[in-house]
Amino acid sequence: MRIGIDVGGTNTDAVLMDGMEVLSSTKTPTTANVTDGITAALRTIIADSGLDVAKLDAVMIGTTHFTNAVVERRRLQPTACIRLGLPATACLPPLVDWPGDLADVLGRHTYLAHGGHEFDGREISPFDPDEIRRIAEDIKQNGVNAIAISSVFSPVNAAFEEKAAEVVKQVMPEANITLSSTIGRIGLLERENAAIMNACLRELAMKTVSGFKAALAAMNISAPFFISQNDGTLMNADFAADHPVLTFASGPTNSMRGAAFLSGLKDAIVVDVGGTTTDIGVLQQGFPRVAAMAVNIGGVRTNFRMPDTLSIGLGGGSIIATDPVRVGPQSVGYELTSKARVFGGEVLTTTDIAVAAGQAKIGDRDRVSGLDSGLVTSVQDRIEEMVNVSVDRMKTSATPVPVIVVGGGSILIQREIEGTSEMVKPHHYAVANAIGAAIAQVGGETDKVFSLAEMGRDEALAQAKQEATDRAVSAGADADTVEIVDVEEVPLAYLPGNATRIMVKAVGDLVGG
Amino acid sequence: MLRQVALEDTHAVAIGAGILGTGGGGNTYLGRIWLEQELRQRGVNCTVIAADDVADDAMVCAIGTMGAPTVGIEKLLRGSEFVTALRTLEDHIGSSFAALVVSEIGGSNGLRPLIAGLQLGLPVVDGDGMGRAFPELQMDTFAIGGVPLTPMALADSHGNAVVFHHLDSPLKAEQYARSLTVELGGSAALAMPVMSGEQLKRFVIRGTLSLAKRMGDVVLASRLRGADAADEVASLANGRVLFRGKVVDVERRTTRGFARGKLTIAPFGGADEVMDIVFQNENLVAWLGGEVVCTVPDLICILNLEDGEPIGTELLRYGLRVAVLGLPAPIELKTPEALAVVGPEAFGYPAIPFQPLPGNLL
Repeated sequence: MRIGIDVGGTNTDAVLMDGMEVLSSTKTPTTANVTDGITAALRTIIADSGLDVAKLDAVMIGTTHFTNAVVERRRLQPTACIRLGLPATACLPPLVDWPGDLADVLGRHTYLAHGGHEFDGREISPFDPDEIRRIAEDIKQNGVNAIAISSVFSPVNAAFEEKAAEVVKQVMPEANITLSSTIGRIGLLERENAAIMNACLRELAMKTVSGFKAALAAMNISAPFFISQNDGTLMNADFAADHPVLTFASGPTNSMRGAAFLSGLKDAIVVDVGGTTTDIGVLQQGFPRVAAMAVNIGGVRTNFRMPDTLSIGLGGGSIIATDPVRVGPQSVGYELTSKARVFGGEVLTTTDIAVAAGQAKIGDRDRVSGLDSGLVTSVQDRIEEMVNVSVDRMKTSATPVPVIVVGGGSILIQREIEGTSEMVKPHHYAVANAIGAAIAQVGGETDKVFSLAEMGRDEALAQAKQEATDRAVSAGADADTVEIVDVEEVPLAYLPGNATRIMVKAVGDLVGG
Repeated sequence: MLRQVALEDTHAVAIGAGILGTGGGGNTYLGRIWLEQELRQRGVNCTVIAADDVADDAMVCAIGTMGAPTVGIEKLLRGSEFVTALRTLEDHIGSSFAALVVSEIGGSNGLRPLIAGLQLGLPVVDGDGMGRAFPELQMDTFAIGGVPLTPMALADSHGNAVVFHHLDSPLKAEQYARSLTVELGGSAALAMPVMSGEQLKRFVIRGTLSLAKRMGDVVLASRLRGADAADEVASLANGRVLFRGKVVDVERRTTRGFARGKLTIAPFGGADEVMDIVFQNENLVAWLGGEVVCTVPDLICILNLEDGEPIGTELLRYGLRVAVLGLPAPIELKTPEALAVVGPEAFGYPAIPFQPLPGNLL
């Protein structure tokens, strides 16, 4: 048996699953310190199901906590970035093209140093330990502890990033260092951006992960726990504490995987209505369609492989303005159960409108009975329009497709959506994301440069696929369930021997899950 | 007609240059943010002039970078390479340049003369030598028209600058420059050809910088409305949308320094005629249901259906929803002399005759 938990900005959801069966589920408000919400959700699940916690095989947690921290510019550490590549790369220093407010929060501590490699492995300029030492001393003097290190072509040769980290550690043994080569792919600025975001989140990540551990310990749960990453696969807790950026898209991924599982549909549009936003994505063969273009997170360009989702400011906590009628994007968020009218508050939210319209029976309906019916209808019209336009934008053709509506705010969606063949609101729709976390798989990746002149494309691909499969199995996947889910080939022009970088990802079910 | 490029114009010019890149020419994002940084720091706009405003006896020169896009997004430039290359060439010929020229409007090289123009305080001519992107130096209208490509200068981030004084053919200039580029780390600034105003006016394809700006404006305006920009962009250049569909296969290989490959696009809604496109850095030939519908030098441009953003061949991947545009080549590329250098045969398709789309790019 396994427990899946989704910690969203508004709600913390949990499900208990035995194989493919959902035994119990709960939804509780997310708390400011995250841990209390998880503890509350676990307590409810265990009480409702009478679970013997010793029988748990694993606990999976999905969280948008780190994404929200970047978007809200909260709880981020001042961070320095050291880039190795001089004299090249100086035309666009680190943090270039970042939103000004976010760069201010991080403190604009950017340093260019010598080093870096050419595409063919030659050094751009020699590594200079004294230069790095001087930079580290300056960073220390500025009281900055989080450091991202990037070096030109580090995905091909990470040696200079590693050397620089050693030198920095000599000056600042406690420094919290992220190497760009451990985070991203070729594309210096995007990879460096991801490394900087990772560095500024590390302290929050360590606190959060130890909070998760404490919450589980408090419930006497000793089963291993995992955190879900962007692609829907799992990473263990310690790895997650070091790589918080890898959780950035896990929210939409989990909810889409959960929607596919609950509905049995493999090709559909998923509309996930949360407390603050609605995320619309597309399922292809049961997996989220991946965005092909660079993805912006909180205004920062990255080259992560993210689900292609459209996010609009519509959720169960969205605040209604009445003159003129406007829905969101501001939301009462996790304070819905104290601030919404039906819960005794004074803020008019979309949930109040749904209750007034008779779409949902929650809270105290009498508190919204005096609402003008014209207002209720115009808010409903506005919501319908927002959803119709967004679903249409995500569709690939005019052909009607099924739509799966999930998430706690699903009560807002009552009317038929234009251009869809059917609307499915599966059982347990409100906790689809926790289910997506609970059914998450284990992945293995390989990323190597092959000389196709020596072995040919087919043989190189076969070798890369085998390596990825082996890694998935050693990470805990059941060998019989491992599938190759992604293959990417990037030719490196000018390299002799038709050199091509091949990246393969394999995933399988967790053994014993 | 474009008279200057200011901060608020950079996005549109970058998108338009990306579209005219016909899948190649390199991503314009880095060039755009670099240009924006230069505009902000210098507090002046780029001056754009018409080719006909250049005096016959003035000296002008084109500037850009040579190299692999994969290297370009990883090993960013120092920033001084263009100035180094141009100053070296000025020293070599013993006279100063009055204006800079775009050699290749398509892709990243469409923006670089604007950066160099700001750095040197020189105007940039509204026009270029290709009206699109091509992979090799001998493929611009200046070389085709007989302007010698030498003397030319290459410069790297270390301040190394090399002048090729004389090479007896454009093809040899291409080969020597590319070999040296590999030695310089796979990406280098390249200044060439040096021309008189009289030569410029004879061979330049006029108005392509303005065209890029107009295309970008349409894409940005459509994006705000949530509309599909493809038809309007195509009509700006007298072309049409050849196909809309989803990328279902991409096969790539790198040979002799070029990223070659083939992609297949399947239509929406179950019709069974697919579009196949072969590329060598740029898109070269498009077939619909097995019939050739567009060939180089006509432009085959692929736009993301979602937001009108041009998609470089290196970004093509399964599942992408795209519009394929066919734009007629500029008239300068349709002479027998030009077709010998940039027609289908020059790219390895001797059996495919050039069947021009009606009209001209401008």
